[in-house]
Amino acid sequence: MIANKQAICDNLLQLASEDRSILVLCSDSRGSASASGFAESLPEQFIELGIAEQNLVSVAAGLAAGGMRPFVLAPAAFLSSRSLEQIKVDVCYSGSNVKLIGISGGVSYGPLGLTHHAVHDIAALGVLPGLRVYMPADAEASRSLIRRLAADSLPAYVRVGRNASREVYPEGGADLSADRALTVRPGSDVTVVACGDMVACAAEASDALRDRGVSCRVLDMFCIKPLDREAVARAAAETSGIVTVEEHSAFLGLGSLVAQELAGTGVPLTRLGLPDSPVVTGSQQEVLDYYGLNAGGIARAAWALCRR
Amino acid sequence: MEELREKACRLRLQVLDMVCSKKGGHIGGDFSEMEILLQLYCREMNIDAARPDAPERDRFILSKGHSVEALYAVLADRGFFPAEELSCYLSFGGRLVGHPNNQVPGIEMNTGSLGHGLSLGVGMALAARLRGLGSRTYVLMGDGELAEGSVWEAAMAASHYGLDSLCATVDRNGLQISGSTEDVMRLEPLAERFRSFGWNAIEVPDGNDFAQLGAAYALARSTKGRPSVVIAHTVKGRGVSFMEGRAKWHHGVPAEAERLAAAGELEAAMRDGR
Repeated sequence: MIANKQAICDNLLQLASEDRSILVLCSDSRGSASASGFAESLPEQFIELGIAEQNLVSVAAGLAAGGMRPFVLAPAAFLSSRSLEQIKVDVCYSGSNVKLIGISGGVSYGPLGLTHHAVHDIAALGVLPGLRVYMPADAEASRSLIRRLAADSLPAYVRVGRNASREVYPEGGADLSADRALTVRPGSDVTVVACGDMVACAAEASDALRDRGVSCRVLDMFCIKPLDREAVARAAAETSGIVTVEEHSAFLGLGSLVAQELAGTGVPLTRLGLPDSPVVTGSQQEVLDYYGLNAGGIARAAWALCRR
Repeated sequence: MEELREKACRLRLQVLDMVCSKKGGHIGGDFSEMEILLQLYCREMNIDAARPDAPERDRFILSKGHSVEALYAVLADRGFFPAEELSCYLSFGGRLVGHPNNQVPGIEMNTGSLGHGLSLGVGMALAARLRGLGSRTYVLMGDGELAEGSVWEAAMAASHYGLDSLCATVDRNGLQISGSTEDVMRLEPLAERFRSFGWNAIEVPDGNDFAQLGAAYALARSTKGRPSVVIAHTVKGRGVSFMEGRAKWHHGVPAEAERLAAAGELEAAMRDGR
């Protein structure tokens, strides 16, 4: 098992070896981004900008305007906040081919606290015109996604965690080449729509529910924006309710986007996520467990929807 | 040189028309930067309106994006779009927005929020180096915008990477919306500040003088191993006596009598070759 950021950097190194326009930019974040190997192997294609996220993003936009294909790797907490306006103006408004990789997102910095958490990034960045927002579930999904993004010319934000994600897909088993939710578990009673590390938890919850006679569909909504609206509509039509789960505030994230799709349909929806207040101190796992963002919490929510 | 002076008057008249007819714009900064723009677009930069996407072209970023009316007039003059389109400035559904956007031929990047342009220029200069192109990158900043911290992040990066193809210009008219830059947020000693960041800082005593600007850009071009900044001491509202050096004309819109007076002064200057 490797962290998603490691999978991203391994693949960027392969791609950049064949395409000199692919660059990696860091803000003193090469170590935490797992980009040290890239920096050592392709020093001319690695650009260090120091701890200066505003400059980091605008420089990337300038490089893109000059015909390069920059990938910015920086902690999600700072990238999505400190450089928000640079993303809005220089990346989105100018239509720059900049790929923003937010590393160590969610609560994966654990007890380092709120400064380092990124549980607002879907809300902050998802609203920017033209910016795609992705959260891959594991290393295999990250590999597929980054290869796709390296080949297109539109801006995107990808959020990954700090730690290795539990495996969801076998080697070669994740195809993220289109903005279509991946069905991780088929099911007809209830649906869980998950993203990022929560997909593995949702799959585990589905397996537990199956033993109790509940058929729980699990959708990997890695494409938070553009949301796979058809997959949500199908789940709403074919199952009795939807649970969303995300390592993000339960307000203005994946759950809210799904709620927008369900508005007026009467389809029951339970949104699992982090509260509208500073999260408790703890390791990533301790924090997620505290708020029920684990297989048990997802199974309970899905079970409750089925019993309505 | 005579020709450019005449052109500067004529384009100031166009800017006056744009601002007065649409009752909006930033005429003070338009007038202070006019000679800088014309020197760059007519004498310094390798650009061709017929090939606006040529990879080897020089790049220009108007970081002080609010002074876009002068840029529109210069771009139209250089053939990037028809001068008749200037009448569509600020019009519903049009592309001549109140700040630069790259739907307009000749405009590289969208600006308007201050303090972004120098970073964009660092990226463009790095791209040119990586691609082995001889392109130069020119960034025009206002002096008020130098209070933005991101400018100094970019200044650090430009000297760290020894970007001698990057040439910044500061339109040092000394005034921002609330008054004197030195009262609002002191910038001096500005040249020393840039030098301490590793830049070649060139002071231009009269930043509305083509010969002085030309000498400064030649010096910048011949300076190797570090970026250059031309600190052009200009006059806000330059060319219209009652606007010169007055902060109110940062974004003031002339009343009809003022428009007539301003037009009269600019036409007289054009006739007299001033």
